[in-house]
Amino acid sequence: MAMKLVVIGAGMASGRAMEHLLAANDEIYDITLFGAEPRGNYNRIMLSPVLSGQKSYEEIVTHDAEWYRSHGVDCRFGEIVTGIDRIRKVVISAKGETPYDKLLIATGSSPFIIPVPGRDLKGVMAYRDLGDVNAMLEYSQRPDPRAVVIGGGLLGLEAAAGLSAQGMKVTVVHLMPHLMERQLDQSAGFLLQSELEKRGIDILCGANTKEIQGEAQVSGVLLEDGREIPADMVVMAVGIRPNFGLAQASGLRYNRGLLVNDQMKTDDPEIFAIGECVEHRGGTYGLVAPLYDMAKVAAKNLLGFHETFEPVEISTKLKVTGCDLFSAGDFAEAKGREEIVYRDATQGIYKRLVIEDNRIIGVVMYGDTVDGPWFLQKLKDAEDISEIRDTLIFGPNFAGGAALDPLAAVAALPDDSEICGCNGISKGDIISAINNGAGSLAEVQALTKASTSCGTCLGLTTQLTALTLGDGFKLPEAAGMCKCTDLSHQDVRKFIRLKALKSIPAIMQDLEWGSSGGCAACRPALNYYLVAEWPGEYVDDGQSRFINERVHANIQKDGTYSVVPRMFGGMTTPDELRAIADAADKYNVPSVHVTGGQRIDLLGVQKEDLPAMWADLNAAGMVSGHAYAKGLRTVKTCVGKDHCRFGTQDSTGLGIKLEKALWGAWSPHKFKLAVSGCPRNCAEATCKDFGIICVDSGYKLLVGGAAGMDLRETELLGTVETEADALEHCAAFYQLYRENAQYLHRPYKWIAEVGLDWVIEQIMDNAENRAALADRFFFSQSFYQTDPWAERAQGGEAHEFTPMADLTQVAAE
Amino acid sequence: MSNFIDIGALGDIPQQGARLVKTAAGCIAIFRTVEDKVFALDDKCPHKGGPLSNGIQHGEAVTCPLHNWVFDLNTGVAAGVDVGQVQTYPVKVENGRVLIDKNSIATKAAAA
Repeated sequence: MAMKLVVIGAGMASGRAMEHLLAANDEIYDITLFGAEPRGNYNRIMLSPVLSGQKSYEEIVTHDAEWYRSHGVDCRFGEIVTGIDRIRKVVISAKGETPYDKLLIATGSSPFIIPVPGRDLKGVMAYRDLGDVNAMLEYSQRPDPRAVVIGGGLLGLEAAAGLSAQGMKVTVVHLMPHLMERQLDQSAGFLLQSELEKRGIDILCGANTKEIQGEAQVSGVLLEDGREIPADMVVMAVGIRPNFGLAQASGLRYNRGLLVNDQMKTDDPEIFAIGECVEHRGGTYGLVAPLYDMAKVAAKNLLGFHETFEPVEISTKLKVTGCDLFSAGDFAEAKGREEIVYRDATQGIYKRLVIEDNRIIGVVMYGDTVDGPWFLQKLKDAEDISEIRDTLIFGPNFAGGAALDPLAAVAALPDDSEICGCNGISKGDIISAINNGAGSLAEVQALTKASTSCGTCLGLTTQLTALTLGDGFKLPEAAGMCKCTDLSHQDVRKFIRLKALKSIPAIMQDLEWGSSGGCAACRPALNYYLVAEWPGEYVDDGQSRFINERVHANIQKDGTYSVVPRMFGGMTTPDELRAIADAADKYNVPSVHVTGGQRIDLLGVQKEDLPAMWADLNAAGMVSGHAYAKGLRTVKTCVGKDHCRFGTQDSTGLGIKLEKALWGAWSPHKFKLAVSGCPRNCAEATCKDFGIICVDSGYKLLVGGAAGMDLRETELLGTVETEADALEHCAAFYQLYRENAQYLHRPYKWIAEVGLDWVIEQIMDNAENRAALADRFFFSQSFYQTDPWAERAQGGEAHEFTPMADLTQVAAE
Repeated sequence: MSNFIDIGALGDIPQQGARLVKTAAGCIAIFRTVEDKVFALDDKCPHKGGPLSNGIQHGEAVTCPLHNWVFDLNTGVAAGVDVGQVQTYPVKVENGRVLIDKNSIATKAAAA
């Protein structure tokens, strides 16, 4: 039988702890969650963007009702816990007693309210939760609203910036001589103050609040020096204190916070505590990173492991758009300390390093903070900087002469720097994977998932693996295409051609695949290579395609699909728009979005509705837009010389011709085109895989652009004089790419490998070769230019869209 | 006690593909491998709820279409660094027909 875990406090720390716990094992505990707020967990750090209007509450919710329901968490939101009976092991609340086997206290902190007269007036509030934000937003709706924020620290300034963005006249009253004195020195504080004043926020430093004025409702703030500031509301943001009254009343040990050991356990072995309410080795915490670490540690220990919490040196950043600051360590002036300062007045940049015994002990930066983590690492390592002192302030990129060791940059990164953003993998995670036995890049990827999602961090992951393994590392020269084979993509393609391999099982047999049925990485690649190599002969293997290409729609996060009909050259008609609107109504499409490729996306379609919806769209003359395909996507156009006073050619007409010729083709990756009618380039042809810019004398053909994970400008392939030439060159280029590029490489990556000169040689310099490429392309098109929607609307692949059995009425016997 | 009922022909499921069975407590995905072995798992990835029936199947494993978690079809346990498990159901093939344990489905419905 499951044990009972009661959690008091539904904030970020306990939310993270439950995630860890449930992900590891959702059977050990039945969880009951008490929260004082009438709602579940949301990302409190993001309250400032909610206040400033950059985000909505819905966007910062981290656990919604569905999450709690599906994880079986019994939620008691808005129900205040009034006591803990540790002898009988029950938690007492308004609705009675709740027994526990283990208790997790995460009651957070309370705002510190300075004891001045008027602090209880209506309109005085803290800045801690969504209720505060909503109250502030209400005041901001009044005519000519005015606010005073008491406290010029991190929280106070975020509140001030948010209220100012909502149109309030804001005054910040700060007791100390400069803003954010715990994080900034005077110079950086001054730069920050100037920036905020430029935005219309009044800043009063060295100002002591004497009284908050008003009858029942706030009317102003009176300072010690006699100044009066009119105000409709006052925000107190002068600090927080751990909130542990409940724990205190139940007799648990406390000091400034509820005392916990390294295992996040209180002095009662059945009671854990995490978050802002605790005191650990004499420290209390207010930033989220250590709270998340505590959550992980507590979850592990609740599962019976022995995990230890180690606080780490942390840096601070301010979440006010346009105010870029970084601070870490100790930067007070003192005997024996020196400093290195860099200022750029025109750009508002200030950097200061505090040095003691040739070591960095403090960093303050304003305006340009990119080198912050590099300095922070040197600070943590107590590294002797005397050798590099002359150029230290310019950061790791200072080019002072010889090229840097390519591994030095990654070596310089702190252990907690995020290497893989998609999977949340830090440098430390990768190093520990290697220490736990990973002996190659592939093994690091398998153990940590680093660089396996978007792949932009592959370089860093490789370097880090090389650095950590040292001599034991072999750079994968031509890496195997996946863990099933040591052959590279290019090797496999060559063998498919040379040995005339015409099916996936034939390839796997002949090339001695290391797995029985391949994997999710190699099968889609093999299927594409066969499609490209043997048009008309190879029978497409749907089960080796990613779901989007199998059902010809894009899967969304909730398992619904999006449907994008083709609009050739970005042109449409009232009839098409009517049919799209009718389909959206008929199939209850929740969202209709206009895409960047000049067409319309119907989002949130149920999978079983797809064939019927396609039938309706087909009836109106529309076909699949292949918005899901590693294949021809769109041809974006401007309106060209028919309408535009600058247009030199019929860019729209050429775009339509290109799309009519190319649609339906599969390729290693998506392929996007654009045609602009003049060099003003309104169709943005210079960031497409193939772009055309019309000029008076003809057509400039551009290749290898991208505006995705990488941003690439196209390069000139050549110039041609007629539309027919443009079309032939485009088809030839597409075919060259289709025949030669590695699966999932866009043209720019492929061109970087083979060289633009070689591409120009193949297409521009050799008319015979060009014609042969174009012929092969159109031969392939004679098989693949069919509308997949029509095939399925007429009943093809029905197994994809209908259940095989309905057992909803089944009962046990 | 098990109590198997017929849910359709083996041929209704493509090799290396999956079909859905609707139950009162959500869909179950019936997978057929290249060797005609059949498995039944909840059609819901424990990570972000991805429909596993839509994933690419390889060997006796399936890769979730949303974030590439890989699950062993035998046990429903996530592979590699990911931690999670999908509920599996007793299922068998007799004379070309696919049979599933009715009681396990009823239990699933009752628990929901």
